[in-house]
Amino acid sequence: MTAPSISLAHRRPLGERVIETFLFLAAALGVLTTLGIIAVLAFETFEFFLNVSPIDFFTGSRWSALIKPQSWGVLALVSGTLLVAVIALVIAIPLGLLAAVLLAEYATPRVRTVVKPILETIAGVPTIVLGFFGLNFIAPQLLRPLLGADTIGVFSALSGGIVVGLLITPLIASISEDAMRAVPRGMREGAFAMGATKFEVVRKVVFPAALSGIMASIILAMSRAIGETMAVVLTVGTKPQLTFDPTESVQTMTAFIVQISIGETAQGSIEYKSLFAVGATLFVLTFALNLLSGWIVRRFRTAY
Amino acid sequence: MSTIAPVAGPVPRFEPAVMRRKLSGTVFYGACLAAIGLLLLALVALLVDVFVRAAPWLDVDFLTGVPSSRPARAGIFPALVGTFEIGVIVGLLTFPIGVAAAIYLAEYASDSRVNRLLQTNISNLAGVPSIIYGILGLALFVRALAFGPTILAAALTLSLLILPVVIIASIEALKAVPQAQREGAYALGATRWQMVSRSILPAAAPGIMTGIILAMARAIGEAAPLILIGAFTFVTFLPNPLEGQYTVLPIQIYGWAQRPQADFQGISAAAIVVILVLMLVLNALALVVRARLSRHIQW
Repeated sequence: MTAPSISLAHRRPLGERVIETFLFLAAALGVLTTLGIIAVLAFETFEFFLNVSPIDFFTGSRWSALIKPQSWGVLALVSGTLLVAVIALVIAIPLGLLAAVLLAEYATPRVRTVVKPILETIAGVPTIVLGFFGLNFIAPQLLRPLLGADTIGVFSALSGGIVVGLLITPLIASISEDAMRAVPRGMREGAFAMGATKFEVVRKVVFPAALSGIMASIILAMSRAIGETMAVVLTVGTKPQLTFDPTESVQTMTAFIVQISIGETAQGSIEYKSLFAVGATLFVLTFALNLLSGWIVRRFRTAY
Repeated sequence: MSTIAPVAGPVPRFEPAVMRRKLSGTVFYGACLAAIGLLLLALVALLVDVFVRAAPWLDVDFLTGVPSSRPARAGIFPALVGTFEIGVIVGLLTFPIGVAAAIYLAEYASDSRVNRLLQTNISNLAGVPSIIYGILGLALFVRALAFGPTILAAALTLSLLILPVVIIASIEALKAVPQAQREGAYALGATRWQMVSRSILPAAAPGIMTGIILAMARAIGEAAPLILIGAFTFVTFLPNPLEGQYTVLPIQIYGWAQRPQADFQGISAAAIVVILVLMLVLNALALVVRARLSRHIQW
């Protein structure tokens, strides 16, 4: 045996390196997931485009997969999806931001113990339950008596938009609250010292300072609304069409994927492959919004 | 402003407008309260509506029975068992992998390009719609690996879906452990793994466990990806995880809610009550685990 040499270079024991490798592999599993998603969507979508021209797919506005003559204009599904998402945002932005201000600026401990559980409960309810609520309450007991049964049916973009709006409100509230809390106290106190009222501090100091986080929360919520499935599937109907009328029945991209999956569609048929093309469109759209949200945070964040 | 314009006309009375400014503040505060009131109202309406519809159908037979074309005889036992089996498999899979990934990213990863990519990738995955995971599971687990539309394929798909959530929650819990704790372990001669496993992990355990339990609640409530993994079937028997058909609670709720008859809406509502109770139990469990594990932690 040679005498142990004392070296300043630190050599880590084998066990430690094995453990680190294992931990790294666990973290790298996510990359495989991403690659898997992209590979599956790209491969099957490519097969779909061997049968359907991409130009017709991306520019056509009539979608008919199950009723002949077939037509593959995805804009009908994209517009239905965006209509629902926009209605959802119109509801969720004011509700979520007001809740966030309440929590971040006005919250006495008593207010907090009321507001937090409400938001957390809504966030924790499975989305199929919200779909059920839309189908059995929002549409028949709220919208139809209010707007008239001839104006709005059981299935409508409005009904879907309302339940999705409810569902994304906690998301906007919690991210925006964090953004407002990150605004340093000194800025508020400076404004108070100059005689501003609480509302003026919120409106002219806290809100602008937290704007990047607020914008990011809204875009993230939009991405979530676009990808939402179960709340939409029970409420918007199955009528793909390009319309801006919220009282109309529409079909979203996610609802179409569900319709094909539960139907008796033969594997390998063109209808079946269209599921992947619509999935790819959905993936690209939500992925772009998620990247945009991250970019806004990085680009416009002011470090105090 | 550098110059003050001379006042034309009658000199205005001193009017600090404080009343008006305060009033608009009050109105705004009122709007905040109204927003919360509206959310509370919606939540109460949802719960009352569901419970009223569910009440006539909820009994022991409903919990122990199997689905039937006659609502009065229908039950949710196969769906309950399916949900339970999936919950167990998802928990067993995501706990070790999620915590290991979080340990790497929070305690080991240097600020290299590869590690930043891993980190960004995980936050991006958390934003991918759940139905897309269903497409991945369909192509990968059901078809390529030939597991078929089984509980196993469903559980693997849901594990991929909630892994980013588990990882992000665990990273936060690890980062909340004060730096002094690490330095203390090193000062006693601990290797990095000894430091992590004996000093940091126990301290972060309450946060990690809470994150995992809440992620499992999410997996159990998720329906969209499972529709692609063949959960939407009429199952009147207890599922075997490795082969054959299965169903889970949210899919059973969807299947019944789809049918126009009021009776089916009723049993759908009854199944919703069951899943809401399940969520409540998991949330309570998270609170209890958190309280127990953090008894000895002080910093």
